[in-house]
Amino acid sequence: MAPPTSSSVTLNINGEKHPLSVDHRTTLLDALRERLDLTGTKKGCDQGQCGACTVLVDGRRTVSCLQLAVASDGREITTVEGLADGDRLHPVQQAFLDLDGFQCGYCTPGQICSAVAVIEEHAAGWPSAVTGDVRPEAGPPPLTPEEIRERMSGNLCRCSAYVQIVEAVARAAAEHRGETERAVA
Amino acid sequence: MTTATTGAVGTAHTRVEGRDKVTGAARYAGEIPFAGLVHGWLVLSTVARGRILSVETGPVLGMPGVLTVLHHGNAPRLDTDYVGMLGVPPDPTAAVFQNDRVPHAGWPVALVVAETPEQAREAAEALVVTYEREPHDIELFAGRPDAYAADGHMPAVTEKGDLEAELAACAHVVDVEYTTPEEHHAMMEPHAATALWDGGRLEVVDSNQGATWVADELARMFSLDASAVRVRSEHIGGGFGSKGLRAHQVSAVMAATALQRPVRVVLTRRQMFSLTGYRSPTVQRVRLGAGPDGRLRALEHRSLNQTSTVWEFVEPSAGVARVMYDADAHRTSNEVVRLDVPSPTWMRGPGEAPGSFALEAAFDELAERCGIDPVELRLRNDPERGPVSGLPFAGRNLAACFREGARRFGWADRDPRPGTRREGRWLLGTGTAAASFPSGALPSTAAVTAEADGTYTVRIAAADIGTGARTALTLVAADALRVAPDRVRVRIGDSDFGPAGIAGGSMGTRSWAWAVTAAAEELRGRLVPGGAVPPEGITVRSDTTAALGALAQKERHSFGAQFAEVAVDVATGEVRVRRMLGVFAAGRIVNPLTARGQLVGGMTWGISMALHEEAVRDRAFGGLYGADLAGYHVATHADVPTVEADWVDDPDPDDPVGIKGIGEVGIVGAAAAVANAVWHATGVRHRNLPIRPDRVLRAGGTGV
Repeated sequence: MAPPTSSSVTLNINGEKHPLSVDHRTTLLDALRERLDLTGTKKGCDQGQCGACTVLVDGRRTVSCLQLAVASDGREITTVEGLADGDRLHPVQQAFLDLDGFQCGYCTPGQICSAVAVIEEHAAGWPSAVTGDVRPEAGPPPLTPEEIRERMSGNLCRCSAYVQIVEAVARAAAEHRGETERAVA
Repeated sequence: MTTATTGAVGTAHTRVEGRDKVTGAARYAGEIPFAGLVHGWLVLSTVARGRILSVETGPVLGMPGVLTVLHHGNAPRLDTDYVGMLGVPPDPTAAVFQNDRVPHAGWPVALVVAETPEQAREAAEALVVTYEREPHDIELFAGRPDAYAADGHMPAVTEKGDLEAELAACAHVVDVEYTTPEEHHAMMEPHAATALWDGGRLEVVDSNQGATWVADELARMFSLDASAVRVRSEHIGGGFGSKGLRAHQVSAVMAATALQRPVRVVLTRRQMFSLTGYRSPTVQRVRLGAGPDGRLRALEHRSLNQTSTVWEFVEPSAGVARVMYDADAHRTSNEVVRLDVPSPTWMRGPGEAPGSFALEAAFDELAERCGIDPVELRLRNDPERGPVSGLPFAGRNLAACFREGARRFGWADRDPRPGTRREGRWLLGTGTAAASFPSGALPSTAAVTAEADGTYTVRIAAADIGTGARTALTLVAADALRVAPDRVRVRIGDSDFGPAGIAGGSMGTRSWAWAVTAAAEELRGRLVPGGAVPPEGITVRSDTTAALGALAQKERHSFGAQFAEVAVDVATGEVRVRRMLGVFAAGRIVNPLTARGQLVGGMTWGISMALHEEAVRDRAFGGLYGADLAGYHVATHADVPTVEADWVDDPDPDDPVGIKGIGEVGIVGAAAAVANAVWHATGVRHRNLPIRPDRVLRAGGTGV
């Protein structure tokens, strides 16, 4: 008997469980777009070079074109469709909208998912290639434009809205810090 | 309800479709579901020149889910003997499977259609095609004997005065060759189309820069009545000149016709590099001669580009000199040579982008020779009338751009000597260049409807490829109707809305705004204040063909002044742009928020062109090395510093809204400003783009 070419998985996307039989060749990106009609996640290159398909898998940035759907079974996946709180946009989405951090909009879901994770990674103290003091006790470096640019560089924007994206990420990060401080106080 | 609000044009508005784009709700061409949808996957040639001997469809047709394989042996014949809306015949690369010839590497030879994308891809990759291989010729260099002068959209050659005599008499002469490499649009959304037959009509859901343009091409190619073809293209993930009629739409229509099912064809990133056009490499020679005061007496600009053996495309790089500078002896020419390469096409700033690199870099060299500040040299050579046409300018506020830009950039404090500023391992320099791009408009139709509920609907086959056109047209319509923008709904991207110009040549918003204004103003005149609107609404249509035909002949262009500061790493040769400023005179700015994005985006393309972009063709197999986004570098976040764009007041008095166009002028001159800054930093001229680290190190100058 020929070995099976598909498997049953449960994709946990934006808090909702989707049982699915998937072709073993199907990427997480194609499962989202072609099987679940979640087309917010974009296919720009299908080979991990552009970042348009960035989603959060267990809270971490992942290019969904390089992850097979069968390898995503049971993991918590957040796509751009899962960021807003009902009609209330996520602060990163609102900042992109207000500051025009996009043009054609095709890289935008990936940029936004990436930015959400960048803000978390930075707050958690993760250094980047441009961080001056990388000792754990140094704490998070200031989230300067240079830090944002370095951390966002896996997401190409050919319309080149980079300047406005960096402004948007900075604003959303400042709001996030404000909220965190209020929560701590 | 709001009443009589005017003045939306000129104020900042976020994009009307912005919420859909930041939430992922906006659906692009490959994302609209259809019942019974099947998937096509193109197969491209692996040889650079030759003939197809066989397409071994048998084994592939037996693979799971495979429905058909289309190729030159079974595809329907197409009509390619026509001239389309843009005044050119179709590129045969799009008219797929018509014969057994292979004119370049990556030529479409077959389409495999299957139930799922995975099945189609596997079958396409398994399809065996055999070829009779012929030697190929892909090398572009100056002095090719088979190069010929070609018109494109402008005369191939312009000439006045005795060039050699003037050059011989000049105190200062610059005679230099510049090259620019093959560059690709690389928009983020790959070309995608779904074709289906619905009630005797062909429907194509596509991603393109002009729905009526593509519909018209498909109708002609498939010999269909124009009314039998509908093309929709609501959201477009970037275009930059590449999204016209391509192999994906044509092959999808063929397959939908054969299978009588909806067929979607999406190009892969790699396929885009040979199927969707690119900017040809150029070899340019510039000769400038000036008197002791820096005033030009002689100007020659010659450009050579490559095209394919199946389609002639002229990258008119010498055209920029016909607008920018005058001289007693003035000669420009555009030449092409046919090679075994894919067809090039329009790419953001066609002609002007590479042409301004050569001309504006040469101007910087002339400034150095003359000992005159580069800004001052340009001001001294700012012509009153079109240097070649003799026509008056419809506004040429270039001097105002330079004065304002120089003030804001801090140009007055610049030490003109090169190679004298160092900060640690970095050499620092600043550079400037001028920018221009033609301001045009294409005939367009629009319909504006007063709805019974007091709102207005605009219908126009416009394309918002990221320019913000949908939002701009909302503001334009609101002002023409004298209502608030929130009462106006603009629907675009549907060929059923009637003929309209394309999103290209910086002409989109101007063309469409003209048509929308005409219809909206007439509608406003028809509405009786306080009168009831019938349930079906009141609709007025416009057509700008006659108005555009009556427009006075003038030199109509947007202009700009570019400034850049760079740092050059003496150890690695890496060039980093530290800041850029562009000040533009580009007509009335409809929406400052999105206009800034257009101009800054263009300038960022200039950084990318100066430092990163280069598609390298392999001599042995005739295709590209690394035809993907890892091999073809475009600027990303870390490459892009503070880039500022601003503008001076410059409305075009002959345009109903005052628009000139802003989509392309931002890239023009930007690469030259960067290159000139690299010279200022290092004392070495870089005349070949991109300015790669290895070139910087080999050229020397970093040991200062």
